[in-house]
Amino acid sequence: MTNRVFNADSVPVLALGYRFQWEPMQDCYVLLYPEGMVKLNPAAGEILKRISEKKQTVSELIAELKVAFDGADLDDDVYQFLEEAHGNDWIRAE
Amino acid sequence: MATTGSEQNKAPGSTGGALGMNVRDAIRQPLWLLAELTYACPLQCPYCSNPMDFAKIKSELTTEEWIDVFKQARAMGATQLGLSGGEPLVRPDIIELIRAARDLGFYTNLITSGIGLDASKAKAFKEAGLDHIQVSFQASSEDLNNLIAGTDAFQHKIEMAKAVKAAGYPMVLCFVTHRQNIDKIDEILDLAINLDADYVELATTQYYGWAMHNRDQLLPMKEQLVRAERIAHEYQEQQKGKMKIYYVVPDYYEDRPKACMNGWGNVFLTVTPDGTALPCHAARELPGMTLPNVRDTSVKEIWEDSNDFNRFRGFDWMKEPCRSCDEKVKDFGGCRCQAYMLTGDPAMADPVCSKSPDRHVVDEAIERGRRESEKSTEVAKPLVFRNPKNSKQISGF
Repeated sequence: MTNRVFNADSVPVLALGYRFQWEPMQDCYVLLYPEGMVKLNPAAGEILKRISEKKQTVSELIAELKVAFDGADLDDDVYQFLEEAHGNDWIRAE
Repeated sequence: MATTGSEQNKAPGSTGGALGMNVRDAIRQPLWLLAELTYACPLQCPYCSNPMDFAKIKSELTTEEWIDVFKQARAMGATQLGLSGGEPLVRPDIIELIRAARDLGFYTNLITSGIGLDASKAKAFKEAGLDHIQVSFQASSEDLNNLIAGTDAFQHKIEMAKAVKAAGYPMVLCFVTHRQNIDKIDEILDLAINLDADYVELATTQYYGWAMHNRDQLLPMKEQLVRAERIAHEYQEQQKGKMKIYYVVPDYYEDRPKACMNGWGNVFLTVTPDGTALPCHAARELPGMTLPNVRDTSVKEIWEDSNDFNRFRGFDWMKEPCRSCDEKVKDFGGCRCQAYMLTGDPAMADPVCSKSPDRHVVDEAIERGRRESEKSTEVAKPLVFRNPKNSKQISGF
């Protein structure tokens, strides 16, 4: 892995100006930002929902997701998503 | 699990970008509500996209009427609200409107010159739930900024840009570029860096309203654009991860038209100060518009059933060369207002397109601009500033 932003102890938070919410008319979670919107697929929605609701480390976030999704092996997927979301400037590491 | 969200790109424009959509055949619903709260403005920018006859409009929607419009648009699925004008801060109920919009779930964008803003207001807006303030600049230096804005505003704008950031917003600056300031693009970007801006939009002037009236004085020359584009790209590289720079080439110099409003009646809804609903903020000037008003017709009915919003929806209205063009799904034939202004027929291809039989009209405008730019300042046509006096004089009322 090269130049990873997130490790087990980092705390992902939404980037300045980004807002997360459920959109009934879109039937999905969205990220809203200055003059734009990202529609999220269900998996991205579940991760960002937890990031927007409370500050916690990546390992706590993964633990919570495992409880919600029957112990699924999702560590790699979460890390991959966090790096991607960071690359899109949606989140930053605290 | 697949984890990538689908992105809707930002499409910047000089008067507020339209929300992008990837798929044309998605359910038709307004995503973007541009609320032009008032035409009153302390500035007199000669590139303003407000209609030339703005001074005619006296009867602004009330607080309750605006909130009702917000509710209706939100219920239809709109997520982005632009609070614009004129200068939206002129409205004494601005904070009430912000709070109502935010409570409804809108992402609220205040598009302001910064005049009328102060640090305590920026904080109060934040508490009311305002998501984003965009401060517009006319140029990078005090003299040019004040000349173009027709007022003494530059220092205040700098203070306000800082106050916006101090209040916890991202700092979003918009510089409207044209022939008289585009050579200062490096100064503009240096100023943005010094201010620690998060986003900078180098919004090219689009030729509607007052800007169209002043086009010969504003249209940049090809060589200016080549230079500006090179510099913008250098700064984009250098500022990666720090400041986002949006730069768009003026469509007169492209050979394909812009996907104006991401398609007519597709995602974008403008409501003007007097309650007229428009598919874009320039559409009032098209012939044959019925100009439905939110005071007597519901937003849903206007969006779904009105002549105005259906007139250029989809592809059936198109003439050749658009009708048989495989790029029509990308650009929707370009801009209807531009087609009308430059060819006299709003259903023609946007003449910016190299496939348009009217492309020569655009080239002639560029050539006229060049000739004008070569004149000395004493004999060149003066810029006509956007103010009520000029509005009345030019529109003849």
